[in-house]
Amino acid sequence: MPNRLFLDIVDPWINWSWLSTHVPTVLAAVQQHVILTVIALVGGIAIALPLGIAAHRWTNLRLPSLTGFGIFYTIPSISLFALLIPYTGLGTLTAEIPLVGYNVLILLRNVLVGLDAVPPDVLDAADGMGYRPLARLVRIELPLALPAMFAGLRVATVSTIGIVTITAVIGLGGLGQLILKGLIESFHTPLVVATVLSIVLALVADVGLAGAQRLAVPWSRGI
Amino acid sequence: MSILAKVAQWFTDTAHWQGSDGIPTRLVEHLQLSGESVALGALIALPIGIGLGHFGIFGNLAIGVSNIGRAVPSFAILVIAFQVFGLGDTPIILALTALAIPPMVTNSYVALREVDPDVKDAARGMGYRQLAQLLRVELPLAVPLIMAGIRTSAVQVVATAALAALIAGGGFGRYIIDGLAQQDYAKEFAGALLVAVLALATEMSLWGVEQLLIPRGIRLLRAPAAVRARTFKTA
Repeated sequence: MPNRLFLDIVDPWINWSWLSTHVPTVLAAVQQHVILTVIALVGGIAIALPLGIAAHRWTNLRLPSLTGFGIFYTIPSISLFALLIPYTGLGTLTAEIPLVGYNVLILLRNVLVGLDAVPPDVLDAADGMGYRPLARLVRIELPLALPAMFAGLRVATVSTIGIVTITAVIGLGGLGQLILKGLIESFHTPLVVATVLSIVLALVADVGLAGAQRLAVPWSRGI
Repeated sequence: MSILAKVAQWFTDTAHWQGSDGIPTRLVEHLQLSGESVALGALIALPIGIGLGHFGIFGNLAIGVSNIGRAVPSFAILVIAFQVFGLGDTPIILALTALAIPPMVTNSYVALREVDPDVKDAARGMGYRQLAQLLRVELPLAVPLIMAGIRTSAVQVVATAALAALIAGGGFGRYIIDGLAQQDYAKEFAGALLVAVLALATEMSLWGVEQLLIPRGIRLLRAPAAVRARTFKTA
């Protein structure tokens, strides 16, 4: 093992000249990171929203779906990637199956919390005004559940951005690829750049979604 | 031969049950890294969370630390610790401890805040002093959420300890990382199974401890807030 102290002297935490010549590399990593994250979120919503609505309506779906995805959520991502590799190889599908599954649990819980919290009086009023079940769901219940769903989406987004770095182990990783490069080459700059950008990406996404929530659900300000 | 048959063969091979790369050794390594980190994290996080929650101060900080914990990639923390401290268990334990702290701070803070103010008034009215009220009234009521925080941290630490194999750590992660490097799918798959089982076993055993520790009278109170506590995943 090389002498760490010595390395620290020759290798600064940020080597600006490396950074200035590797802007395209960093941007490509950010792009892959964002794409992996967006797929994981869209996939999670596509499963969690219908499943949440169904589990709200048919309550005997609730426990099995929450338990099933709860167990999946407990399994570490590195473990799921490694279990999938013999079947789906090294690639996007192997990365996305765990990421989507984790997001389903987070979003499913929040869809249920949101739908459960709609006051019965509101439902009575909607029924009294002649809403049919589907119209009541789309125009009354789901809008009222939006704040809870947005809260779930924010947690899912920030978590996903962090976990995507681990997909570097299966040849993807986005910014995780730069962290791995920093590890393999004992070169600090890509490691520091990727760590900072990953945190910034998560915070920007969180603030952006908070802003989107204010626009989409103006009555929930302050929640 | 199918991958599952190869994995079954891997597990039945006695060579994989002895020596420095055997399953028992790797299990002890994994449990040791995780256990020390969770214990160290709890020593730091619980007094902070309980103190802030008891006095009701710095709430944004206590809640926000979990949001920051989610945003910081666990993989990056491990690699940074390795670059700063070099080889060995120390950087791994420091990184895992840092990852263990946020959920425990947030949950113990929330746990203390969720104690019914009427109960605290009653305790004060019965003549409990500050410390006695905290130890004998508030903490027992806060046990479910504090334990949920420890459980969440422990599962994340066990998961991240598997990643520590990337920075030359021991534990079950070794099989995954070495298996991938050697293109030995049976080894990699077996390691993944072991890590998954260990994470699930951690979750279930700590859930069992939690059930034992919860005072009998408050079992009904534990459901709603505990759900919030469980949503923390960094690895």
